Amino acid sequence: MSIFGEVPQAAPVAVFKLTADFREDQNPSKVNLGVGAYRTDEGQPWVLPVVRKVEKMIADDHSLNHEYLPILGLPEFRSSSSKIALGEDSPAIKDNRVGAVQCLGGTGALKIGAEFLRRWYNGTDNTKTPVYVSAPTWENHNAVFSNAGFEDIRPYKYWDAGKRGLDLEGFLGDLESAPDHSIFVLHACAHNPTGTDPTQDQWKQIADVMKRKSLFAFFDSAYQGFASGNLDKDAWAVRYFVSQGFELFCAQSFSKNFGLYNERVGNLTVVAKDQDNLNRVLSQMEKIVRITWSNPPSQGARLVAITLNTPELFAEWKDNVKTMADRVLLMRAQLKEKLKALGTPGTWEHITEQIGMFSFTGLNPKQVEYLVKEKHIYLMASGRINMCGLTTKNIDYVAESIHEAVTTVQ
Amino acid sequence: MQMNSEFRERQPIGVKNLSVALTRHRLECRQDRTDFLKHGHTTWLPLVRKIKQQISTDPTLITEYPHILGIPEFTRRATQLALGKDSPAIVESRVFGIQTVGCTGAVCLGAELLRSCYCSSSSWSGPILLSSPCDDSLAGTFKAAGIEDVQYYRYWDAESNGVCVENMVHDLENAPEQCVVVLFASGHRPTGAELSQEDWKRVAEVMKRQLFAFFLMSAQGLCSGSLEQDAWPVRHCVSLGLELLCAQSFSHNFGLYGERVGHLLCVLKQNLLAVQSQAEKLVQTLWSCPPMEGARVVATVLNLIPSFTSALVCLGKEPPLFKKITFSFSITQCNSQQVDFLVQKKHIYLLPNGCLNVSAINSRNLDYVAESIHQALSSKL
Repeated sequence: MSIFGEVPQAAPVAVFKLTADFREDQNPSKVNLGVGAYRTDEGQPWVLPVVRKVEKMIADDHSLNHEYLPILGLPEFRSSSSKIALGEDSPAIKDNRVGAVQCLGGTGALKIGAEFLRRWYNGTDNTKTPVYVSAPTWENHNAVFSNAGFEDIRPYKYWDAGKRGLDLEGFLGDLESAPDHSIFVLHACAHNPTGTDPTQDQWKQIADVMKRKSLFAFFDSAYQGFASGNLDKDAWAVRYFVSQGFELFCAQSFSKNFGLYNERVGNLTVVAKDQDNLNRVLSQMEKIVRITWSNPPSQGARLVAITLNTPELFAEWKDNVKTMADRVLLMRAQLKEKLKALGTPGTWEHITEQIGMFSFTGLNPKQVEYLVKEKHIYLMASGRINMCGLTTKNIDYVAESIHEAVTTVQ
Repeated sequence: MQMNSEFRERQPIGVKNLSVALTRHRLECRQDRTDFLKHGHTTWLPLVRKIKQQISTDPTLITEYPHILGIPEFTRRATQLALGKDSPAIVESRVFGIQTVGCTGAVCLGAELLRSCYCSSSSWSGPILLSSPCDDSLAGTFKAAGIEDVQYYRYWDAESNGVCVENMVHDLENAPEQCVVVLFASGHRPTGAELSQEDWKRVAEVMKRQLFAFFLMSAQGLCSGSLEQDAWPVRHCVSLGLELLCAQSFSHNFGLYGERVGHLLCVLKQNLLAVQSQAEKLVQTLWSCPPMEGARVVATVLNLIPSFTSALVCLGKEPPLFKKITFSFSITQCNSQQVDFLVQKKHIYLLPNGCLNVSAINSRNLDYVAESIHQALSSKL
């Protein structure tokens, strides 16, 4: 009799199950519009040319060793990553009140930030402090904060299914009614899964309420550069909040914009009121890191640091990022055109209005099921599609299939 | 955000590798300081460098998200390394492995898994038994996972300058049933002191009595020079039909400290898939999926075991000074005043508990270190 005999089977993670089902599918027309990873027009993963170059540099550099990194990570990675988020000329950086923790991907950055907030944010026990995540949001947000000990995780209104856009009124309403000092998880750009971001003016309204009610801004920035093709544009919201005097966290991921998914390259940027506060915060974060993974892996961080700190490589990287963003924009434009040409009922403007990797198509669960089972097109039950899964070869098939689903399945 | 801080620029004392703690040491300018910096580099296994170069130029290797539980080839090989290819647990499919972020990551994940799955309870909170002494971050890792009840079993005996297995067995025999016991299969930190196989047999007998073993194996192959011998305690427990967890590190035996290559082995009697699914859920909340580079290197090398074994034997050479050490760490018997003397007056940096990293000693500093320790132990301080 095993001591683990009563352990229940946990449900598989939906997005990975989707990919597993896709892999098993033998149908030659199959399309994977599920997991959020970039694909080329040949439907293949893409190792950025600048990444290949720097990987080789690292492997050939005999002066490098495999020593443990400092607990908080590679210093040049942390500082250059924070600069990417906040801007080279950020006044907060000049004031020495910005620090960072190198983490295991965006997930790890959220984890360390959440663990810190639970221990130290508002008093020394924040298990009851409400944490708000957007409705809908990345499915793992809930689990990360819950596992960090937060007991009260609530949705804030975000997606308006009727008008297929941002529910600003609902969002502002939930901000107003939230208890003061609540924590809000905000998507810095390219909202996952809706692809719908507030405009600059809308961000200003959001920031106003948050400041008035002392709500904590915890940004999740997984797509900087990837959304519009421009790093600065994609960081506007975070930088605006900093300019308004917020202390905040920004969990950065370099999985998508460097294509370094499997090296787990993340950075938790911390903006504090002053250097003294910053130092004490980092010291406590160090203690948390020590008992979680001790110190972070060096390969990915080294690669990113070298790239960000070498002008020619930095330029090449920005170019690679633009290549990816441009292909996504092209697929958006083409899908919309094809649906309009087919006369598919409904409006499809949201496909080009939305930004980043994902589009919330507005397809209902029955229509999604039809696409998966009958057409071998794999997408999330929410109707979310990964635009990167579209190619010039499959876009006609996908557009026709969506048309079929919308016209024959209610 | 108001709190007190002990934050300083340098590393905290509890760090694993002495050469990292030498950051402070670099600020000193004495000419006759022990020159760890010039000669005390960590060793690259030439094989590791070659494989890294191959990886960097392999056009077929992509950077996609790996499986949540890690590279299958890595977990397969790491499992075989720990248990032996013909282990009954492997043959009977009663074992699964998870690639983790270093040994710390393995312990962290194991702690979370125990808290959520152990004893059919959704929130088991202890007790967990650690050795006395042990690495100071261990208790913190378990407590952070929600296992508050941390107790200690006697391990190191200062009087006899070794492990007192009588005390250890006595404490285990008197532990509450269904207690989880952390055992050290190779490279006990901080003492470096090991149990003999006969001792392990006695411990295993006690463990059969409803205690659960969580092994830490941080330096397989580097203690005795034999991969099999160093893993013997784990394999013996498996042969007795015990369920267990084992956290493995590939930092020391591959010199891949900075790549964070760890592995959590789970040996069960049944219900494997359910426990595996719960582990996947937990990994999602910690790091989503593990980093690839280091694990790729290890997986490649483990496919070439014969050359690796001989490379390990080279690394495992120890200076003749300490007879009782098995791997890097050893207790010097120095008390806190003596440790202070060594640090302040002799510029030899060791941990406050008198434990030092033997692999930082080399032919150039050996005499100086030996004389200094002799001075510390024999002078009236």
